Amino acid sequence: MTSFDFGNAMTFLERRWEDILVLAGEHLFVVVIALAIALVTGVLLGLLVWNRATPRATAITAASVAITVPSLALLALLSPVLGLGWGPTIVALVFYSLLPIIRNTVVGLTEVPEHIMESAKAMGMSPRRILLTTQLPLAWPLILTGTRVAAQLGLGVAAIAAYVAGPGLGQYIFKGLSSLGSKNALNYALAGTVGIILLALLVDGAFVLISRYTTSRGLRA
Amino acid sequence: MPDSTTDTPAVSTNTGFLSAISQKQRGVSIELDGVSKVYPGQPEAAVDDFSMRIEPGELVMFVGPSGCGKTTTMKMINRIIEPSNGSIRIDGTDILSMDPNQLRRHIGYVIQQIGLFPHLTIAENIGVVPKLLGWSKSRIADRVDELLQTVQLDPEQFAKRYPKQLSGGQQQRAGVARALAADPPVMLMDEPFGATDPITREKLQAEFLRLQADIGKTIIFVTHDFDEAIKLGDRIAVLSDRSQIEQFDTPARILANPANEYVSSFIGQGAALKRLALIPLIDAPLRPAVDGAPQITLQDSLRDALNMLVLTGAAAVNVVDVDHRVCGSITNASISAVLNDAQPVAFAAEGTR
Repeated sequence: MTSFDFGNAMTFLERRWEDILVLAGEHLFVVVIALAIALVTGVLLGLLVWNRATPRATAITAASVAITVPSLALLALLSPVLGLGWGPTIVALVFYSLLPIIRNTVVGLTEVPEHIMESAKAMGMSPRRILLTTQLPLAWPLILTGTRVAAQLGLGVAAIAAYVAGPGLGQYIFKGLSSLGSKNALNYALAGTVGIILLALLVDGAFVLISRYTTSRGLRA
Repeated sequence: MPDSTTDTPAVSTNTGFLSAISQKQRGVSIELDGVSKVYPGQPEAAVDDFSMRIEPGELVMFVGPSGCGKTTTMKMINRIIEPSNGSIRIDGTDILSMDPNQLRRHIGYVIQQIGLFPHLTIAENIGVVPKLLGWSKSRIADRVDELLQTVQLDPEQFAKRYPKQLSGGQQQRAGVARALAADPPVMLMDEPFGATDPITREKLQAEFLRLQADIGKTIIFVTHDFDEAIKLGDRIAVLSDRSQIEQFDTPARILANPANEYVSSFIGQGAALKRLALIPLIDAPLRPAVDGAPQITLQDSLRDALNMLVLTGAAAVNVVDVDHRVCGSITNASISAVLNDAQPVAFAAEGTR
């Protein structure tokens, strides 16, 4: 094991700065794409199943089981079908992001207070209109929370996706692992890991802003 | 939203009737005929064979203990709950054959929890039904302003606020404004003032009475508070289990002549005092004025007069009109006489208890 040399690390950073930025950009991009797909799919699924007991239980159970599959195993299963690179990465990320989004959508739509549902009905709104103009906006903060959890999860899973030649900072982590003992092994692993942590903080900050601008002022604390 | 087309079917058999009743903002008759509600799996009906006719512009109070079916009965009128049996007619037209969403846009609805949409401003909340009815933006804005003024909320200050930024009393006013938005001829109110503190409640009740004197809607108002029923109602229906009508009459007549023990127990203590509060001095026989007696105005009730008699210890109080002219006096004896004359039988019965 080589010990950490600060000067060496700085030189490493200086030399590979642009490379790291590109990888970080890819890492973020693949997670955002997957989140967007998962958000649309998850909310649509949530809207379809929220008030039907069996489909709801099926959707949530399926998503719960999905999340327990080890990411490495899932990627290994996906790559024979989808090849290497972006394909299996995005599919795996969507797969893991669905549970928090579906679950929070269903909970959010279900937990609109009874008196608000009754008022909406008594004003002559159709069930579909109530769902889209009342339940969905009221559930939105919770759906965003689910998406935020999915984002954090996704940033981690994306690192593993480098195993199937997926894009992102995971490549540096794997490079570090495979070159253990060499001069830059630790630098590669650290750059990948710290980079992902910084991305996670950045994404969390972005969610604070998104939630601020997409949630009704009447719902904010 | 794209579903506006499904909300307003192009061909509707009721639009004629609904546009007809929406012209009658001053209230229409409501008739319930043999209406029942049986929930599946329950041996007893929640509402059993309920029949009642409510006159246009009348404010009818449904009073009864929790779980007696009064709210269920009310909610069948806008079909929040579908009746199992019987017929309901508004202005003579059967409403059970209508599209319920269309119907509900012409019936105001106020509930205890208010049910304002927390994600919409007060103005947007009030505009919900007009928007469903396809009003133009400017017409909705004008109506919102007008209604906020009607319920004494300054539009400048409140239109853009969210429900959570309002006090309970203000929210309830906004709730009433929302129910009145499309000027429906019928209003259903389910303990609207039940969750407010006594001072706010009293204020809201007084405002509501003034408002109703202006707008003259046909209103069904559910409460478990008999005093509220006396104060507000044109007629009171005292209901027992399965929404059985024990008595349906004016407050004065129910107080003077309760139909049975159940009704008497609901009236509670002090029926005579409650009756006095309903009789204005204008309706009382006056005796000649007494020099130096305390004064009370003609608009006050016999209860106010009695209150003054007890407080001052005087033998009589002089009654004055708006121009401070003394019209005559009232004494303990004349108050008793009013109660005895009005309903001698009832009063005797009450004396024996």
